[in-house]
Amino acid sequence: MSQVAAITTAVEPAESPLTPESWGKLGMWIFLAADAMSFGALLAGYGALRYGSTDWPVPAGVLGIGLTAFMTFLLICSSVTMVFALAAIQRGDLRGLRTFLLLTILGGLMFLGMQAYEWSHLIHRGLTLSSNPFGARLFGTTFFIITGFHGAHVTGGVIYLSCYLVRALLGRVTQANANAIEIAALYWHFVDLVWILVFTFVYLL
Amino acid sequence: MASAHKQPNYIGVFWWLLALTVIEVAVIFLPIARLLIGILLVGLALSKASLVAMYFMHLKFEARTLGLIAMTPLLLCVLLIFALLPDLSATPHRTTESSQVSATPH
Repeated sequence: MSQVAAITTAVEPAESPLTPESWGKLGMWIFLAADAMSFGALLAGYGALRYGSTDWPVPAGVLGIGLTAFMTFLLICSSVTMVFALAAIQRGDLRGLRTFLLLTILGGLMFLGMQAYEWSHLIHRGLTLSSNPFGARLFGTTFFIITGFHGAHVTGGVIYLSCYLVRALLGRVTQANANAIEIAALYWHFVDLVWILVFTFVYLL
Repeated sequence: MASAHKQPNYIGVFWWLLALTVIEVAVIFLPIARLLIGILLVGLALSKASLVAMYFMHLKFEARTLGLIAMTPLLLCVLLIFALLPDLSATPHRTTESSQVSATPH
């Protein structure tokens, strides 16, 4: 019987080969790689459409760079608070986890609020999914699709982190769950990383 | 490879990210060629993205193969751009009609 057990463990290792901490972390990394490809495809498509257009407006002339630079700053800050939230629970500091998780969620909500303000402002000026008074119509299409796809990720992240905040407030998160927080943190940092690229390619370039 | 790596200097990374963002915004107002601005911006954005991945996402302290998984999308995106090249060489097009119609003499 012991032989059977030995074979079973050889076929199915209990420990994830790349992330010894948990399988979930490997799963999140693979998900993020796939998700990055979705963003990559959107940005590559944006580049192709822009390159082929002769009346593409200069983004800095249409979009507010100051506001979005501040939004970038906000997401970077929320990444830092997320890092501190993880460090807190790894020490077993539940209070620290709650505080920093709350700050991260607030950062995400403020980002979404500003994006809603930016969008409504642009829509009032006539920039929509299918129209653009400043030049190429596809400028509006690509702008709303790319920033919208990212905004949906931020919304998802806020919900994801809020679930853990509620659990933490109920006292259901302990040092033993630090792994779950680490996986959620990976997602949140990814959303920040993607925004850095979106900000550069859609707003600045 | 220590299993419990020491905490990187997160605040230091934050200042770097902030400084690079300020430089990025400043670069677009520089009186230099658009191509040069583009190259600078892509370089700055990729450095910021790698800072986030290496330190905030702890990729620097993970197994090398995990880094390869994380790099795959970048490689595929470069391939995608080459795949789109035939489309890029197509005739440039305009998508607005209203402003153009009045501009062209009949």
